[in-house]
This record gives sequence, structure tokens and C-alpha cells, in this order.
Amino acid sequence: MRVFRPIITYVLLIITAIIVFFPLVYAFFISFMSGSELLQGKFIPESFHLDNYKKAFERLPLAHYLWNSFFISTVVMLGQLLVSALAAFAFVFIPFKGRNIVFFIFISTMMIPWEATMIPNFITIQQLDWINSYQGLTIPFFAIAFGTFLLRQHFLTIPKELKEASDIAGLRSFKFFWKVVIPYSRTSFVTLGAYGFLTTWNMYLWPLLVTNNDDVRPVQIGLKQLQTQEMATDWGVVMAGVIIVIIPTLILLFLGQKQLQKGLAQGALK
Amino acid sequence: MKNATAFQEKTLTQIDTKWRFVHWRSAILYLLPSMILFSVFLFYPLGKTLYLSFFLTDQQGVANVFVGWENYQYILQAESFHKSIKATLLFVLYTVPTGILISLFLALLANEKLKGVGFFRTIYSSTMGVSVAASAVVWLFIFHPSMGILNQLIASVGGTSIDWLLHPDWALVSVAVTTIWMNIGFSFLIILGGLQNVDEHLYESAKISGAGYFYQLRRITIPMLSPTLFFVVTVSLINAFQTFGQVDILTQGGPSESTNLIVYSIYREAFVNYQFGTASAQSIFLFLCILIVTILQFKFGERKVHYQ
Repeated sequence: MRVFRPIITYVLLIITAIIVFFPLVYAFFISFMSGSELLQGKFIPESFHLDNYKKAFERLPLAHYLWNSFFISTVVMLGQLLVSALAAFAFVFIPFKGRNIVFFIFISTMMIPWEATMIPNFITIQQLDWINSYQGLTIPFFAIAFGTFLLRQHFLTIPKELKEASDIAGLRSFKFFWKVVIPYSRTSFVTLGAYGFLTTWNMYLWPLLVTNNDDVRPVQIGLKQLQTQEMATDWGVVMAGVIIVIIPTLILLFLGQKQLQKGLAQGALK
Repeated sequence: MKNATAFQEKTLTQIDTKWRFVHWRSAILYLLPSMILFSVFLFYPLGKTLYLSFFLTDQQGVANVFVGWENYQYILQAESFHKSIKATLLFVLYTVPTGILISLFLALLANEKLKGVGFFRTIYSSTMGVSVAASAVVWLFIFHPSMGILNQLIASVGGTSIDWLLHPDWALVSVAVTTIWMNIGFSFLIILGGLQNVDEHLYESAKISGAGYFYQLRRITIPMLSPTLFFVVTVSLINAFQTFGQVDILTQGGPSESTNLIVYSIYREAFVNYQFGTASAQSIFLFLCILIVTILQFKFGERKVHYQ
């Protein structure tokens, strides 16, 4: 039994990995196929040429959409980091009256599904004249309770002596926040940042509602456009679009996987 | 002497009050951004949704006529809303248990101490980096009636092809399969993190007493993992209730409304039919569903969870 166990595990690992990864490999192969190859029902393309990728960029302003997604995701990521860090700092380092009540309010926000509030939010954005604007796609997502909890968890591990020392040295609390707390918690900032960037990059419903031209439209909606335009004719081009859209987040995920796993588990458990 | 102590005490309380005020003021400053954003984009719209659910509105979403509970009566009697609720519950049933079991299985495999296991971890977590839109488009082709790989496989063994997305019985299953695949990455990462937090000593003592793999799994791993599983179940449940993108790309709620999940139903009612009143009533219904799930989870789930 002792000898067989690693073999069985490897076999299971390989089989399951093939199944889980299959849709992505499939999309990758199709992105190099012409219409006739697809009709023949081939699985592996004849050659790896970039025609479909060129076409995808020609049919839609994909480069512009990619830039929009990149910009929106970066802004949301930074906004979330700043807003969550400020709140977490107050919860950990400032003893004020009503802290528990405020903390409870933060917890309660997690029970409100964002979709249940989207109608008035849409009306608000319309009234602010933020339709087709970066503000409309970023500012509503700056405050997240999850981010505050994650950072609070890390801030709690900062030795109280550091705070006392900085008080004695007469450091203003904002300086302590900026010079001590943030550098000390770099790892959880990376986790929350990666999480924020990923979720914003993948956002779908909200941009569908608040963009109706190309100005600030993110690439996910571009993908839907590509799919509705090309579906009947050219699946290769659509899949090229898919590969273009997922490459940035896959790279981010591969780089930050360990971080993300540790950080998310912490946020989940404490 | 007496006077001096009294004086000291007085200044101390003064200092104390002063500090309390300073603390309070700075706490407000730090919390203000979150509080403003939560108020404007979460609490106010929730209240507004409740308000709108009692009104008939015009196309701009301005509440015109107060109708009391009529919107609620209307949706509770409407056949299409019944279908939507039924589809949503079925969808939860299809995706949550299966998704978690698969992720748990993968996490157990990837937690073995073997050479090259990191590679497999990367593969399993990869779906987390694939957006809703991209996943749905890929699966749209996998389910393609003639060119898709599924029907090609069926054809190659001589079976009759299945209308995955066009048949009312299969469409919801197909959307569920897509969703399970999409969520594997996230659940896998969380569960793996939980497995790695389990104390190694527990296994060592179990091995000494000669306990087998499945005994260890049942008696050590699962109980120790229960807080993590509890978290994953809650998140998956809430996610299932909030499903939108897959439906929009794969089926648009069809065929014959069999995949018209609740968020898609709200979206259509509000932004296609411009019935903000009834859409708001549906939103309140969604809010209550998620609220109840969360409360039940914490009430009953938490008791069975074993914390280290």
C-alpha cells in the first residue's frame, strides 16, 4: 500500500488536472483555427498563426477596452486599499466610543447583496451624470468590509509597543499609519490588492449597466460584443478574444497564488 | 493635601475627556471614507429599493403611484417569478454541494507531499483567474450543438447529440456545470489553505496508532477543516444566488425561462421592461433570501463547526 499511494495520487492529480484545465486549452487551440478547420471538427490546429488575434483587434477597439479594464482595476484596487486600511487602522489603534457598533455596521454590509441595490445605484449614477465615466465604474466599489477585516487581522499582529513608542516620540497617528503600519503589513496589502484587481477586472453586470459606448467600456463587455457579433461566423476570433482577456489575470494569479491562498484563508478563518 | 488630590483628579479627568474627544475625532476621520461610501452606495440604495418596491415608477425610475403591497402580490402570483425561484433553488442545489465536494477532493490531492505538486495547485486554482464572461464564452462553444466537443464526443461513440443550451431540462444543468468549473479555483484555494493549517502532530499520533487514510480523513481532517468548509459553503451559496454573467451569455434566461435565475430576472424586469417597482420587490426578496441563508448558516452551521 505504501508504494502504491503516491502512484495513485499522481494518476488522480494528472487526470483531474487535465479535466480542469481542458476548457482553457480548448479555447487556446480554437483561437488558432480557421472556420473550415472548426467545421471539420478538429481539436488541434494545423498551424499556430495569429490571424484570429489580428482580426479580433480589428473588429473591436480591444486595445482601448484592455486599457480601460486595466485603468479601472488599478484605480479600484488602490481605492480599496486606502479606504480599507484607514478603517482597519481606526478599529485597531484608536480606542473610541461606539467602536463595537461601528464594527457591527461593517459586518452587516456583507449581508447586503450588491445586486439588491443595483437599481437605485444605477439611478444615482445617472443623476450624477456618471454613465460612461470612470467614476461610475470605480468609486462605488472603494469601500469593502472584507478588505477592512483582512487588514484589521494583520494590524492586530503589530506589537502594541510600536504604537506606544510612536506616541512617546510624538508621532502623529497618521504618520504612524503611513510610516509604520503600512510597511509592516505589506503582505496583506498585496493579497487584498490582487483580490481587488482580479474581481474588478472580471466585473460584468455593473459595466453592462453603466456603459453604453466605447469610451470607458471594459474588455469583459467587449468580449460579449465580440461573441454576439462573430458567433455564427468566426469562433476562432471569439476565442482569440477570450485568450487576450484572460492572460493578464492568469499571470497575476500565477504570480500571487501563494500570497492569495494564505491571505484569503486568514480572512476566512479569523 | 486634600485640595491637591482633588486638583489632580480634576485635571486627569480633563485630560481624559480631552483624549477621548481627540480619539473620537480621529476615528471619525479614518472611518469617514468607508462610512460615506457605504451610506451612498449600499444603505441608501437598500432603503430606496424598499421604497420603490411599494410604487409604480416611470421609465426614469421616478416613483409615481403608491401601490402598497401590490408589487409583492403581483410577483408572488406571477408564474414567471415562480419559475425564477424554482430555477434559482435548483441551481443552488446543483452547484453548491458538487462544487465543494470537487474542490475538497482536489485540495486533498494537492495537499499530499509529493514532488511537483505545486504545478497541480496552479492548474486547479487557474479558473479563479478566468472571468465570468470568458468562462461563459468558452463553455458556450463546448456546448455548441454541432461543433462543440461534448456533442462531438457523443457522436463519436454513436450517441444522439444533446441540445445542451436549447432544451429546458438541460439548460440549467449546463449553466450549473459552467458555474461549478468557474468556482473551483476559489474554493480550492480556500480549502487548501485550511488543510495546510491543520496541525501536523494530529496526523503523527494517528499514524502511530495505525489509523488508515479514510479514518484520518473522517476523524481529523474534516472536523479540523469545518470552519473553512463552513466559510466556503456560505460564500458559494451567496454566489449562487447572485449568478448573472453566465446566464446572460449562455442562455439569456431561456429556453422557456428555465434558466431565468433571480438576478437575471431582476435585471430584465428593471432594465429591459423598465418595471422598477416589481424589480425592486424582487430585489427585496433576493435580499431576504440571502439574509435568511446567512442567519441560518450562523445559527446552525456554527454549532457543528469545530474550532481549533
